[in-house]
Amino acid sequence: MRTITYRQAINEALAEELERDENVVLMGEEVAEYNGAYKVTEGLWKRFGDKRVVDTPISEAGFIGMGIGASMLGVRPVMELMFWSFAYVAFDQMINNAGCVRYMSGGKINCPIVVRGPANGGTNVGATHSHTPENFIANTPGLKVICPATAYDAKGMMKSAIRDDDPVYVMENTKLYGELGEVPEEEYTIPLGVADVKREGTDLTIVAHGRAVITALKSAEILAAEHGISAEVVDLRSIRPLDEETILTSVRKTNRVLLVDENKPFCAVNAQIATMIQEKAFDYLDAPILRLNALDAPAIYSPPLEELQLPRPEVVVEKALAVCK
Amino acid sequence: MNSAIDHATAPINQQLSSEGKISILRDIVRIRRFEQAALKQYTSGKMGGFLHLYNGQESVAVGTISLAGENDHIITAYRDHGHALSVGMSMNECMAELYGKATGCSKGKGGSMHFFAPDKNYWGGHGIVAGQTPLGAGLAYGLKYQGLKGSCLCYLGDGAINQGAYHESLNLAALFDLPVIYVIENNGYSMGTSQKRSSAFKSCLAERADGYDIAWDTVNGEDVYEVRAKTQVAIERAHEESRPTVLEISTYRYYGHSVADANSKKYRSPEEIKQYQEHHDPIILWRKRLLDEGVLTEDQASEIDKEAKAEAKEAVKFAEESPFPEPKAILEDVYYEVDQGTEAGKTGKHFFND
Ligand SMILES: Cc1ncc(C[n+]2csc(CCOP(=O)(O)OP(=O)(O)O)c2C)c(N)n1
Ligand SMILES: [Mg+2]
Repeated sequence: MRTITYRQAINEALAEELERDENVVLMGEEVAEYNGAYKVTEGLWKRFGDKRVVDTPISEAGFIGMGIGASMLGVRPVMELMFWSFAYVAFDQMINNAGCVRYMSGGKINCPIVVRGPANGGTNVGATHSHTPENFIANTPGLKVICPATAYDAKGMMKSAIRDDDPVYVMENTKLYGELGEVPEEEYTIPLGVADVKREGTDLTIVAHGRAVITALKSAEILAAEHGISAEVVDLRSIRPLDEETILTSVRKTNRVLLVDENKPFCAVNAQIATMIQEKAFDYLDAPILRLNALDAPAIYSPPLEELQLPRPEVVVEKALAVCK
Repeated sequence: MNSAIDHATAPINQQLSSEGKISILRDIVRIRRFEQAALKQYTSGKMGGFLHLYNGQESVAVGTISLAGENDHIITAYRDHGHALSVGMSMNECMAELYGKATGCSKGKGGSMHFFAPDKNYWGGHGIVAGQTPLGAGLAYGLKYQGLKGSCLCYLGDGAINQGAYHESLNLAALFDLPVIYVIENNGYSMGTSQKRSSAFKSCLAERADGYDIAWDTVNGEDVYEVRAKTQVAIERAHEESRPTVLEISTYRYYGHSVADANSKKYRSPEEIKQYQEHHDPIILWRKRLLDEGVLTEDQASEIDKEAKAEAKEAVKFAEESPFPEPKAILEDVYYEVDQGTEAGKTGKHFFND
């Protein structure tokens, strides 16, 4: 199969959906003429023109809210946030409006909008630019949030997100944009709410999402090669809706669990997973569930220190050994 | 009409001594040399993240901040090195911050976009576009509340004026009579978007202040005398009447939005950049002005440049030789009470890694 980057995979998903449905419109800062700050929308303005690919001023509350309003009328905006950290300027629109209008209207209104962009630390851009708000979003019933980790997942899930009739917030990762992965030429979609076992194993289940999946896979290799431990890696892919069954099936098989998450620990996504496992598979556990998160402070700038702040294979291995003790 | 006025005759400029004029040149040149040195080290991989250079805009920070007194405060966005040096921060602490070293102004925790020196009335250094604009109003509110005769110079870009936070700040500033001065550094672009493609306006960007009954003016940023003359009017308005002002200062950035801006020569022509560098460069113009006035000699001018270059080189050495923060520093400076070891800081769990 051909390999393309995560960035190209999203670009293809956007292009195919623009082609398929004339209600799809891309909007955001520098997405059109500049080809995107991270080049995710490269070539799309040239191909689809001013009406379909729109540069906005730096007014996140305004343009995201505008997208939500247009979506109520059946337009299907795909909004780019240059960084998900900038969503904090637009939180009222994203939570109060997109998240609540369906409920408050007794189901009369829905918002088929996608808000996408990178949400990650690890690039030394400081605390204001390194937020990972998937847990905030998942805490809002009415919103969906997904964090694809590979090119294949990014493309298939982006297409489903655009076709979904609810608001779907897609969190990408600047450190993954350049990563290559196998992506078929033929069209495909991946439903939201379906996890994926990225590596099979028998001794331990590592659950992760986003770039932590890549960290988990590297760690699983070390665990196999150096410690004779067979780790299964479950990639959540979608945070809400959540595929509980795939997680539970793995836990019932391995009986040991490590949850790796680049979120800060308090009410992180993995806190929800831990609760769910102990509620639904307590009897299958041979050891307490352990979690590994980002160190609990705003993102530090200093490059060698930021590397220590995020989950990395050495620490994953250490924690995995503790679970398997 | 503006260009017909020689702002050198403004009282605030008449009062400026020869040393004062030379010191302005030195400050401008120091920023230029600092940024050149930072660029070189960034390109050779010594720093992480973004680097937003101030080259071309130096006269704005230096001219305005040259007027700041004891109770005048400064706050800006992420293009913050020039303002930092203008308020008197050292090249060493600034360069070390870019390197992420423990000796940096923020102990390596903030990086290029987040320089701070509250002891010098400098409140940052803010990465979120227009996020500093309500803070500027707040600093002005604080001054007024405490009965101090002062002002806050709050800088923002031509792209930042489209954030709601800025408009909300203008309304508050006018409604509450706050001594804040919004300085729009209009360099013509927000990243790759020209002013025309990002902002709706009638005659200029500052004019939006009219809707809030706030005084405003436009300023030619390449002329230090004009920057000072018009900023002084705003500072007096703040000090004497406790009223806000919006100043739109035209200027130009020579490099891309940040050093990582791959398109920096696509959305504007090389000729446009060259034209600014040759005909509107704040160093060339101010230096010529002082030479013409007989305040400065060619020898002095090159001495100033040599010194600034040496200072920047020394700062690089300082940064190189400084240690990185200790890993435990990651969890310090999060809560004041915890750092101080107070009762409040010791009560309840503050951190959740274990
Ligand atoms: C809320 C928010 N949105 C977007 C960005 C990304 N961004 C950083 S600077 C910038 C352009 C700002 O241009 P301008 O205000 O003109 O300032 P200049 O860079 O020219 O100094 C953008 C889009 C950000 N940092 N914060
Ligand atoms: Mg600008």
